[in-house]
Amino acid sequence: MKSFDEINERIKQGKAVVLTAEEVIPLAKEKGIKEVAEKVDVVTTATFGPMCSSGVFLNFGHSDPPIKMNRVLLNDVPAYAGLAAVDVYLGASALSEKEGAFYGGGHVIEELVAKKRIMLRAMGCKTDCYPLEHIETTITIDTINQAILCNPRNVYQNYAAATNSSQRTLYTYMGSLLPRFGNVAYSTSGQLSPLINDPEYRTIGIGTRIFLGGGTGYIIGEGTQHNPGQLKDQNGVPLGPAGTLCVKGDLKQMSARYLRGARIKGYGVSLFVGIGIPIPILDEAMAEAVTISDERIYTSIYDYGIPRRSRPSYGRINYHQLRSGYIKLDDKTVPTNPVSSYAMAREIAAILKDWISNGDFFLIQPVQQLPKDVLLKPMDQNI
Amino acid sequence: MQVSKRVILTFPASLAGTPVTYRLVKDYNLVMNILRAKVIPKDEGRLVLELSGEKKDIEAGLIFLKEKGVSIEALAKDIHLDEESCVHCGFCTAVCFQDALSMNPETWKLEFNREKCVLCEQCVDICPMGAIQIKF
Repeated sequence: MKSFDEINERIKQGKAVVLTAEEVIPLAKEKGIKEVAEKVDVVTTATFGPMCSSGVFLNFGHSDPPIKMNRVLLNDVPAYAGLAAVDVYLGASALSEKEGAFYGGGHVIEELVAKKRIMLRAMGCKTDCYPLEHIETTITIDTINQAILCNPRNVYQNYAAATNSSQRTLYTYMGSLLPRFGNVAYSTSGQLSPLINDPEYRTIGIGTRIFLGGGTGYIIGEGTQHNPGQLKDQNGVPLGPAGTLCVKGDLKQMSARYLRGARIKGYGVSLFVGIGIPIPILDEAMAEAVTISDERIYTSIYDYGIPRRSRPSYGRINYHQLRSGYIKLDDKTVPTNPVSSYAMAREIAAILKDWISNGDFFLIQPVQQLPKDVLLKPMDQNI
Repeated sequence: MQVSKRVILTFPASLAGTPVTYRLVKDYNLVMNILRAKVIPKDEGRLVLELSGEKKDIEAGLIFLKEKGVSIEALAKDIHLDEESCVHCGFCTAVCFQDALSMNPETWKLEFNREKCVLCEQCVDICPMGAIQIKF
């Protein structure tokens, strides 16, 4: 048994043994779980993929005379201004009013991080304290006050794979799904995926310090649509979308390499977010959890050809098979493709490992566990 | 010397029923790979070909086509992958029927095999980063 404090002390002394969630797998095979529990202090996990439920809070500072903004455009992308005078929330999937699906909130966020100049246009409602009605200026991330990345739903614990039984190509957030089961797209980083390595949320909780977009961030709660009750297999891994995280961090420390605006054909705009989460190896149960490999992680395949909330399932498949490039669907051999970047997830897991090994990043024990008893509700359509 | 050349052929409507490409194979000993074809009866036809063979045979074949009234342009178009911008997500590999774009199973980085590319351009709109472009 190790505590967070003991592990942090070892990090401070430069003695902590840190491995990525990929590196720990062969070690466990060779030496066994017991030795992993004894020797390894921290395992790093990561993911890098499109996460639409992302966005930034911005505070522009007050103009002279002051304005109470109620409609705000950043490079022609609308931001939500129903907050205090010069506070807005810019969502990753907001679309440009000029360029439509080619440019949106995700791109503005990437350009802010890259220190590019952004056009700000705002309309206000004239009041005695805020007399200005209209303003046009440019901003950069350095000329404004706060820029806080705050993503209400990231880091899905497993995600369903997608295929298409219909007669036409479907353009979805899972990419292009070719007709007549032309491909199967999958999105989770499998054995590197954070919540799959801590399926009971023992160490990942509210307050956990993480790698977020190239800087440090924090988990501030469960994410929207958090679904801890998802059906699990005998390995304790949910068989479809389950837990989610709400994360927050200072955009000013982040890097445009790990926050990338994206346009997804036929769907819209999103933001690729890079997230890395450290998992302390407190005991043998945690050692067991982090040594899970792609062969033991299953997900369900859903048919996006049926445009309903409950899509028919075409069975379960593990990530080892998905990553082989082809799977069998009934009797047909169907090519598979990822829609999140395993190469970038690997890079992030390695960076987080370096940060911890070098004593630049310490672990935080959650101040509260993520809920395990909430239910995911469908919409109550009652009119 | 064996060489290969990519060309865009535009056929006048009058030639639409004539087996011109057959002659290139039979009389000029050329190997051809049809990259794209658009032939509409009673209208102009367009064919994008990769021709391989002896240099002199390719030259003679192209002269034959010219004499038949086919206009010839060298294909200068190319797919350009901006490696700085690519995040190796895999979106483009879903639509690449030729497997010219594929994920390396070791590094999980995107690989582009120009030899296999038939310039169908499906990947251009699909890339979420706009990292794949047609260059002329």
